[in-house]
Amino acid sequence: MPLISSFLILIMLAAAAAALAFDDLLSSIIAAGLVSLTAAVLFYFLKAPDVAMTEAAIGAGLTTAIFVLALFKTERGKSE
Amino acid sequence: MKFRNLIALVITAAFALIILQAFTITPAAGEITLNEFGKADINNRTAQLYLNKSVNTDNKKVIYQESKNLESGSANIVTSVVANYRSFDTLGEITVLFLAAAGIGVVLNLENSKKKKFAADDSSLILNTGIKLLFPLLLLAGTYIFVYGHLSPGGGFQGGAVIATAFLLKMLSDNKFEIKEISITLVESTAGISFVGLGLYGLVTRGSFLENFMATGTVGQLFSAGIIPLIYIAIAFKVGAELTNIVKNLIEA
Repeated sequence: MPLISSFLILIMLAAAAAALAFDDLLSSIIAAGLVSLTAAVLFYFLKAPDVAMTEAAIGAGLTTAIFVLALFKTERGKSE
Repeated sequence: MKFRNLIALVITAAFALIILQAFTITPAAGEITLNEFGKADINNRTAQLYLNKSVNTDNKKVIYQESKNLESGSANIVTSVVANYRSFDTLGEITVLFLAAAGIGVVLNLENSKKKKFAADDSSLILNTGIKLLFPLLLLAGTYIFVYGHLSPGGGFQGGAVIATAFLLKMLSDNKFEIKEISITLVESTAGISFVGLGLYGLVTRGSFLENFMATGTVGQLFSAGIIPLIYIAIAFKVGAELTNIVKNLIEA
């Protein structure tokens, strides 16, 4: 159990760092979605299935979609 | 217009009454004392009362499919807290979501001149075919999540979000698919009114806003827990309509 948790937390940290580091904003959004998805799995292992479902549906699903839509609407594909 | 103002006045008066009521509540007898760190008796904590589903009466052990007429009859403890013990809080949360959706709608509809849809005519074949198969299944999954919210993990928010995701995918894949503004408004306001209406009925009959006025039945059965499933259905429709509205505005802006 601690092994799985630490593995998931490592993935989360890596994805969060990647979201900051990517130049391409679309890749950043995908990485941020991965953070949410891993958080959802982590919540499930912490015996909070309700929170896990909310995180998976809203954090990983809808928020990512909304970010992607906003990105394409603003027509700015790259940061600086 | 006059009738609408009258309804608004009545609702405002009801809320004022509830808020006034809060000031007149006297704290319970017997002061709460905190133990040293690590030495607290968990049996005396509020969480244990929630687990036993009786805040006011004596603590009996809850047996699945056997215990009857509990204070909060939902098998899912999170639901019994979210939709029963602190359902007024949930009403506030939904209002926050509603305000966010309304704000997005206002901001994105400022420029009505160039309306082009996000979904291109050439959205991929895999997406098109996949969504054709998945759309009813996603709707079914969302409905299951919120209808069984008082028995299994899940509930109004999650179910509503899944349903909104289904509509998002449908809007992305199918260019001709369009949800009318009026239907979203109708679903959203009907759900909101029924939530507040349930609360006001509890206020009138039992003396406190959103109190559970129906029989709670046996723990673990589908038709149990009184008004909790009804509240969760209202929440699911409201959240689903709001999130769908946000996504629809973003796609069509």
